Amino acid sequence: MLDDFFTRAIIAGIGLAITAGPLGCFIVWRRMAYFGDTMAHSALLGIALAFLLEINLTIGVFIIAVFVSLALMALQRRGGLSADALLGILSHSTLALGLVIIAFMSWVRVDLMSFLFGDILAVSKTDIASIWIGGAAVLGTLAWLWRPLLASTVSDEIAQAEGMSPERTRVIFMLLMALVIAIAMKLVGVLLITSLMIIPAATARRLAVTPEQMAVIASILGALAVAGGLFGSLKFDTPSGPSIVVAALVLFLVSMIAYGGRGQTERQAS
Amino acid sequence: MQPPQQQETSQPLVRLSGMGVERDGRWLVRGVDLSISAGEIVTLIGPNGSGKSTTARTAIGILKPSEGTVVQRPGLRVGYVPQKLAIDWTLPLTVRRLMTLTRSHSKDEIHAALDAVGASHLADAQVQALSGGEFQRALLARAMLGKPDLLVLDEPVQGVDFSGEIALYELIGRIRNETGCGILLISHDLHVVMAATDTVVCLNGHVCCRGTPKTVASSPEYMRLFGARAEGALALYRHSHDHTHLPDGRVVHEDGSITDHCHPHDGHHHHHDHHDHAHHAGSAPHAG
Repeated sequence: MLDDFFTRAIIAGIGLAITAGPLGCFIVWRRMAYFGDTMAHSALLGIALAFLLEINLTIGVFIIAVFVSLALMALQRRGGLSADALLGILSHSTLALGLVIIAFMSWVRVDLMSFLFGDILAVSKTDIASIWIGGAAVLGTLAWLWRPLLASTVSDEIAQAEGMSPERTRVIFMLLMALVIAIAMKLVGVLLITSLMIIPAATARRLAVTPEQMAVIASILGALAVAGGLFGSLKFDTPSGPSIVVAALVLFLVSMIAYGGRGQTERQAS
Repeated sequence: MQPPQQQETSQPLVRLSGMGVERDGRWLVRGVDLSISAGEIVTLIGPNGSGKSTTARTAIGILKPSEGTVVQRPGLRVGYVPQKLAIDWTLPLTVRRLMTLTRSHSKDEIHAALDAVGASHLADAQVQALSGGEFQRALLARAMLGKPDLLVLDEPVQGVDFSGEIALYELIGRIRNETGCGILLISHDLHVVMAATDTVVCLNGHVCCRGTPKTVASSPEYMRLFGARAEGALALYRHSHDHTHLPDGRVVHEDGSITDHCHPHDGHHHHHDHHDHAHHAGSAPHAG
């Protein structure tokens, strides 16, 4: 069954979507969409350095993503430029730096498009294993971290006052983001990774009443988007990564039309 | 002044000694001596920017003091209601789910806590749909659910109407009486404080004065103003400052001299004429 490239793509994509859903919810709740985007863009620098140092691509991407997020935290603490401006600088300069370094390495032949937009149809059995094992590790850590992470999302101060360590929680969360980006990079590419985390989460908002529900629904919607996008790309002969994102967008638009603009939250008397 | 070696037998929940917090070369608050014991209610008052929230946040470890010390009793359990809390619309959160934010509680406990603040009918409502007063009560229920040793409430009556304010103060007094926890209360009102307060500390970048409140009952004008029900819940705090603050932050002392700061031990301060200690709302018949 795994010999069919299309089946492999579906299994890999669904594994990624299940992992990305709950993580994406936290990215939306904590307003870190642009932050995630910056980490994803820096992945290209990770790829370039991995080629340069001849190390594993996934490890290179992970290390650079962690480095960029730590650098960002340090710069933010120093004050001066706003987080927004810092993100803009880091996001595009790491992407550009990656492209320039790759261009210098005339001895390596790199399919740049596949890194920018992903090549889910080319996933191997090893990739599937790394996606599902890595995904399980990410979800397991997230479940363990759930209460303190949610508490500090609502209020860092309440979490800190009531005996949690929001700072440590944030660092672990960023490591998880870096890990998912490293895993996802091959499938949907550095430019589209965050969309797979954010769009299903945003779609799930209107269908959920509690954070836990929203996380589960985001995973399901993400899996639906992967399946829909892949079948669409097969039928219409469109690029697979972008097709998945378009499918996620369609689900989002449908939920928006079905449940109204901002989603009036009804108050139920019990 | 702080009574010195009084609490040898029972260690205070938290003790601040000479505490100061500096940000960007400016002292937000300085020279604060303060302790809260179990069963004690301390109210911090003072104008905006006087360091009330800073002091409270330092007491529970959210901020680190730049000078002085903050000593918490080992294993201290804190319940905290912050002054401002905006929960993003993207986060679906019912009142019931909010209750178990930092700790898990049984259904019965949650029901009882929401009942106590009169919010059990809101259990399934989304927190973003609550009014200011409803949200405050939900946050109070959440904080008391953790059975804290020390409850810190930063302006709990904001956005609450007058009768709601009285009810909330009665509730806070009841929580203290039933659980014996210490309570640190912050109020923006400079003159009317919760009657059950044991100590009022007036801040303005430093401790301006401290004392006990005088119950409304003993003042006929205020009785007329606030109504009979306020008698048990509200009290007046009469300030006896020996100095005033100029707009530029300098300080004019009673003797006419002007200094940059007004530290308690710079010789300009006189011993405070403490307020009437006789009347305590704890004995008021209207509580509850």
